[in-house]
Amino acid sequence: MDIAIKDGKIVEKVGEKKAEVVDASGMIVMPGGVDIHCHIAGAEVNSGRLLRPEDHFKDVEVKTALTRSGVGYSIPSTFTTGYRYSRMGYTTVMNPSMPPLEARHTHEELDDTPMVDKATYPLLGDWWFVLEHLRDGLIEECAAHIAWMMTATKGYAIKIVNPGGLEAWGFGRNVNSLDDSVPYFNITPREIIRGLCKVNKLLNLPHTIHVHTNNLGKPGNYVTALETMKCVEDLAEENRPAIHVTHVQFCAFKGSDWQTMSSGAEEIAKYVNHHNHVTLDMGQVIFTDTTTMTADGPFQYGLYNLTGNKWVNHDVETETTAGIVPFRYKRKSAVHATQWSIGLELALLIKDPWKIYMTTDHPNGGPFTAYPNIIAWLMSQVARKKTMSRISKRAKRKSLLPSVDRELSFYEIAIVTRAGQAKALGLTQKGHLGVGADADVAIYDVNPEQVDPSKKYRTARKAFKRAAYTIKGGEIVVKDGQIVRPVFGKTFWLDVKTSLPMEINDDLKRKFREYWTVEYENYPIPDRFLHVPAPIPVKAEV
Amino acid sequence: MITLYPKHLFKVPVGAECISPDFFAEKSAKEVATLQIWEGNRKRNLGDLFKIKYETDSKSEEVTIRICGDASKVRRIGAKMSMGNIVVEGDAGMHLGYQMNGGVITVNGNADSWTGFMMKNGTIEIKGNAGDYIGASYRGSTQGMSGGKIIIHGNAGYEVGCFMRKGLIKIYGNVERFAGIHMRNGTIFIQGNSEGRAGAQMINGKIVVCGYISSILPTFTIDDVRPKVKVNDEKVEGPFYRFIGDLADGGKGKLFVSKTRNPHLSSYEEYL
Repeated sequence: MDIAIKDGKIVEKVGEKKAEVVDASGMIVMPGGVDIHCHIAGAEVNSGRLLRPEDHFKDVEVKTALTRSGVGYSIPSTFTTGYRYSRMGYTTVMNPSMPPLEARHTHEELDDTPMVDKATYPLLGDWWFVLEHLRDGLIEECAAHIAWMMTATKGYAIKIVNPGGLEAWGFGRNVNSLDDSVPYFNITPREIIRGLCKVNKLLNLPHTIHVHTNNLGKPGNYVTALETMKCVEDLAEENRPAIHVTHVQFCAFKGSDWQTMSSGAEEIAKYVNHHNHVTLDMGQVIFTDTTTMTADGPFQYGLYNLTGNKWVNHDVETETTAGIVPFRYKRKSAVHATQWSIGLELALLIKDPWKIYMTTDHPNGGPFTAYPNIIAWLMSQVARKKTMSRISKRAKRKSLLPSVDRELSFYEIAIVTRAGQAKALGLTQKGHLGVGADADVAIYDVNPEQVDPSKKYRTARKAFKRAAYTIKGGEIVVKDGQIVRPVFGKTFWLDVKTSLPMEINDDLKRKFREYWTVEYENYPIPDRFLHVPAPIPVKAEV
Repeated sequence: MITLYPKHLFKVPVGAECISPDFFAEKSAKEVATLQIWEGNRKRNLGDLFKIKYETDSKSEEVTIRICGDASKVRRIGAKMSMGNIVVEGDAGMHLGYQMNGGVITVNGNADSWTGFMMKNGTIEIKGNAGDYIGASYRGSTQGMSGGKIIIHGNAGYEVGCFMRKGLIKIYGNVERFAGIHMRNGTIFIQGNSEGRAGAQMINGKIVVCGYISSILPTFTIDDVRPKVKVNDEKVEGPFYRFIGDLADGGKGKLFVSKTRNPHLSSYEEYL
């Protein structure tokens, strides 16, 4: 079968004589990879870079005629990030956590991340206006405000991190369940999640709310994760997802403390197998030295206490918090090995690959360059057993993995690494090779008819590490794992059209003047600020 | 033995990771001359910058590299080497023997900063003085020297043995401030004086100061007075005050300070 490409799109057919032909016989052709959750740009990532010179020292990329030099293993510099994604056949990457105040910085870095299309999600779960509107039950006003925020920050989806907990962290506290009250605002995490889920629906945003649950990284938190999924059950329309619970591995811990910590993957998988309103991504852990960074300030404080490593803590004015701690996942640590197991258990126990996607929550679980290793684990029981033989004995005893014999096919890998993610994101032109799709194609040098990935997982892993070809927007950008043409990617953002624009009243301006270091007038980012803006018009119901 | 003579005085830093017995082993003089080296931001061949004299004595298995002349701008000599000998007749530049894994480096002049940083094994001997961060970790890292021996006959600079994990650093001269900062384990022996703040934030390990030290950090507590102290296999005669710290980091490191050279510390004895 031939795939015809013209003007950056996939078309029915082209004149074969004039066209450039890429011979992909005996290879796998997939749509370009899509990553739904990957911290690659912004103030937080950059602080991580500053914090870790030793991370740069051990991984240096030399300048070539076409590419720029760069450094960084777990937090590569922007250009290197783009190149490395492209070499693996990825063409779309979503930066999931942007404090609205740092939008300018984030977009500047995204503009400098070449080779991939990208978008970013503003953090709105602890945004003061949202909390106030939701407390007063003003859903429509809240929706209008968020519509303005999407345009102002050039964002793509509503990101909620530890709802309520970040605001509480401003008072040195945290929330421990969905029904804890947030200090001063007198609102609960449940109300925030439900409120924003309703807003998301009113605005017709392409992606669902993107939730990092409360109690992340604490033993016994699978209950919170389940409650979070349950709390929007009634808001879901038929068979359409209403919530995306991100890096779910980190919120699938059972047990009462670190000694008794075990996997809650079975319970979560059971729930997700019976409900269609949830999508997840793995947040798989890799045994390596990495840098954890999240907007979840209180969680990072806990991690700092646990490790004694260096720590960055930041309070982003009225919006959110942030924390960074370097971290090493060790094979011989029972907790870390259990985490490794949980990620894979979730991906394998959830039957429908359209519901759980492959991520490492880069760089929290490990750098994205480890994706081929995860693919090998998902496709081959032998690969899993091999790693299993080297991990902590306690974790091995408790792990459910030996009882799981499912092995994903190449087709399912295509779903968990691109098609499913594109669908969840509502990117209709990505993640498939149908006519009209963006001409983002990844070609891997492995013959699915000859190679059995369950046995020859090394061959598959090698192929996914270095794409034979990556085609971005109809141009060959990578050949045999080498960049042959550096290109800029687009930045998607939502141009949400509400019937009435948000009322810019004096109260709003006054609040900006009183609470923010940036004036209201300077807050929105103009379209021309982006290198290649790609607004997606959205018609809201308000 | 292979002798390298610098062809001219280097004005910009030379990145010479290739000057290592591991690279030179089983190579002819011609092949060695084509090894890649950086002069500033320019790629060069080793033969462009150094005159290479080959004395073949096939009897000895070990490769010995001698550098005759001023190598104070030549960085990373003996980086990651795992065997053989390097002798520098003159000064050596920064990053001497970084991450080295075996073999012996001898410098008959002075060495610059970062000598033996992150080294794992082997021996470095400096006949002159050395710079800062001897046997330290790379900036930001907590993986300092994890084995081997560094012997300095002259003085050393600041933060000797930062984040050191194992091994021995022996300094016969004086040291600047913060010797053994963040030390995790291992031994630092200082024959001369210390400028102070020795052992700041140390968790474990041993620091021996035979000379004068103006004061001990307040986060150290006196533990004992010992007649002598063991440094690897040899015994050093004292008496020594033994301090434990750094308590600010919950450390159990031992700081030995000569009693006779530091009479001003005698007030600590009342806490014994």
